[in-house]
Amino acid sequence: MLGLTHFAARRGVLGGIALAGVLMAAGLPARAADTIFIPNVVELSGAGAVSGTNWRDGITLAVEEINAAGGILGKKLNVPHLDTQSDASIARAQVQKVMDDKPYVILGPVFSGSVLVTMALAQQNEVAEIVGGEAAAITQRGNAFVFRTSFGQQFSMPKIANYIRDGLKAKSVAVLWVNNDFGKGGRDNFTKEMQARDIKVVADISTESGQVDFAADVVKLKAANADAIFVYTNEEESARFLKEARKQSLKGALIGETTLLSQKVIELAGEAANGVRGHVGLSSDAPVPALATFAEKFKKRFNYANDHNGIKGYVAVYAIKHVTEKLGKFDSKAFAEALHGMTITPDKEPGILMEATWDKNGDIDRASFLGEVVAGKQKIVEVLPKLNK
Amino acid sequence: MASFLQLLVSGLATGAIYALVAVGFSLLWQTSQTINFAQGEFVMVPAFFVLVAMHALGLPFWASAIVGIAAAALVLGLLFKRIIVDQMLRHGVLPLVVSTIALSLFMREAVKDFYSSQAQPFPSLVADRDISLFGVVFSAQSLALLVVAVAIVAALHVFLQHTRFGRMMQATAQNPTVARILGIDVERMILTTFLVNAVLCAIASILISPIYLAKFTNGETLGLAAFVAAIIGGFNQARGAMAGGILLGVLDNLCAAYMSAQYRSAVPLILLVLFILFRPQGLMGRVEERTV
Repeated sequence: MLGLTHFAARRGVLGGIALAGVLMAAGLPARAADTIFIPNVVELSGAGAVSGTNWRDGITLAVEEINAAGGILGKKLNVPHLDTQSDASIARAQVQKVMDDKPYVILGPVFSGSVLVTMALAQQNEVAEIVGGEAAAITQRGNAFVFRTSFGQQFSMPKIANYIRDGLKAKSVAVLWVNNDFGKGGRDNFTKEMQARDIKVVADISTESGQVDFAADVVKLKAANADAIFVYTNEEESARFLKEARKQSLKGALIGETTLLSQKVIELAGEAANGVRGHVGLSSDAPVPALATFAEKFKKRFNYANDHNGIKGYVAVYAIKHVTEKLGKFDSKAFAEALHGMTITPDKEPGILMEATWDKNGDIDRASFLGEVVAGKQKIVEVLPKLNK
Repeated sequence: MASFLQLLVSGLATGAIYALVAVGFSLLWQTSQTINFAQGEFVMVPAFFVLVAMHALGLPFWASAIVGIAAAALVLGLLFKRIIVDQMLRHGVLPLVVSTIALSLFMREAVKDFYSSQAQPFPSLVADRDISLFGVVFSAQSLALLVVAVAIVAALHVFLQHTRFGRMMQATAQNPTVARILGIDVERMILTTFLVNAVLCAIASILISPIYLAKFTNGETLGLAAFVAAIIGGFNQARGAMAGGILLGVLDNLCAAYMSAQYRSAVPLILLVLFILFRPQGLMGRVEERTV
C-alpha cells in the first residue's frame, strides 16, 4: 500500500514536472515571438537617480506609444528597467545578466563610469548599447556597438569655451567638477579648451559624488576671484552647490553644460539657480515645437517636468524603431552597422524630435542651445547649428 | 581671515547639527544601553514627514514642521522603543544593534519606494540673505542654523542639569537600580529619553534638509558623523557628545578648505581611531570600569 502510494505520488510529481515543461515549452516561444527584448539598465537609485528616472520615464513614454501603435515590425517592445544603484559594478552585473536573454538592443546606463564598464560586454555579445553618458572616452575606444544620445564632452566643451571667450569675454575661469568618469572627462576637456583660448584656469576644485556640504569649496572659489566659474557636477550636487554659492554671495558668472541648467537642478536649487548660463544639448524650452509637445506628454503622463535625460530616453527608443523598420528585421549586429552614419529626421520619424546624425564612432550630432536661468525657468537665448552642417 | 571666519561659522553650524544627533546617541546609550545605528535615518525620515504634511495635507511649512516633530516622536520615539528596543534588549545589546542596522536599511528603502529616490527641495527656516558682522559677510541661513541648534543644545543641557526631571533622567542613566530604589519611575524616564532623541533628530532634520536636500541616503553621512562625534566627545556624557559634534563639524570644514577635499571624509575616522587608541573615554567622558 505504502509502495503504491509512493509510486502514485511520484507519478504525480513527474506529471506535474512534465506539465510544467509543456507549459513552459508552449509559453516561451509564444512570448519570444510576440515581443522584442530591449532591457534598460539605468541609475534608479543612488547619485544618478535623477538622471536615470528621467531617462526611464522618457523610454516608458516612447514604449507605450509604440506598443499602442502595434509595436515594431508587429512585435511589442518588452523593456524591463534594471537598477544599477549608480554603481558601475552593479551595472556590469545587470548587463551580464540580461545578455543571457539575448537582448536586441540595450538601453542605458546614463552614468559614464557605468557605460565604460558595460560597453565591453555589449561589444563581446555584438549587441548595440544606446547610452546617456557624456564622457569623451566612451566613443574613443573603437567600440562599434556603443551609441550616444547626447553630445560627448569633446563636442560640447568647445561650444562652452567659445561662449566663455566670446560671450562673457572672461580672462580667467575656475572649474568645479565631480570626481567621477563624467566629471574628470569634462574637466580635462574643458581645461584643454581654455588653454587653447588663452583663458587662465585660476582654480581647479574636485568634489565628490553625493557630496552634501559645499561651504569649503565656495570659500575656495571666492578666494580665486575668477571672471567665470564652470560647474560640472551631477544634478543634486549642482543644486547643493548653487544654494551654497547663493548663501555665500559668490561673485562671477556661473556657467554649466546642460546639467547645471536642467529642470531638476532649477527645482532643487530654487532662486539660487537664477542667472546660471551655459550650453544645453537638449531642452524642452528650446524653440522646437516637437520638444514642447514631448514635454507636455511627459508632464501629463508622469506629473513632473522632464529634463534632457527624459528626451534622450525617448529619442533612443524611436531611433531603435526607425533603424529596425529600415532594416526590416531584428538583427542586433546589423542594427549597429546601420546606425553608424545614419541621419534621422523628424519628417521620417517624428519621435526623433530633432534631426540627429550618428557618426562612425557612435557620437551624435544635432543642433544645440545656449541658455540662461531666468526667474526659475530655463530660457534659450541662441540656437547653435549641427557641427557638421 | 574673512574666509576662515566664514568657514568657522559654517563648520559650527554643521557641527551643531552633528551635536544634536550625537546627544541623542549618547542619551539612548546611557539610559537603555541602546546603540542606535539607525540614528542617521532618524534624521532623514522626519524631513519626509514634513514634506508629506506640506504636499498631501496642504499645511504651511511651520505647521508641517510641528506635524513632522510629533510624527517623529510617535514613530521614532514611542513605537521604536515599544516594538524594537523592548523586544530585543532582553536578548542582549548585540541583537539590538543588529536590529537597528536592519531598521536603518528598512527606513532607507521604504522612503525610496514610497516617496522617491530623488532628492527633494526642502523649505528653509530663513530667507537667503547676507548679514555683515565685524566686517565679515555671513549667510543668514548658517547663522540661523547655528543659533537654533546651539539654543536647543543649551536648553537640553539646562533641562538635564538643572531640572528635577532632567536629574531623574541622569540618575536613571547612571544607575537604574538605585534610581528605582529612590522611587524614580525608571520606565518613564527611559521612554522620555527615546522621545527626546526623536525630537532632537526631527529638529536636526528640519535644520539640515534645506542644505542637504531631503533624500533617502542622507542618514548615511549624518549617522556616521554623529556616531563618531559621540565617541570622540565621550559616549557616556551628553555634554561630551555636544563638544564632539561641534569639533567634528569645524574640523571637517577646515580640512576640506585647507588640506584636501578628497580626504575630508577620512578625518572623522582618523580622529575616531586616535581617540580609541589614546583616550577611549572621549573628550569629556568618564572612565568606566566593570568587574567580570
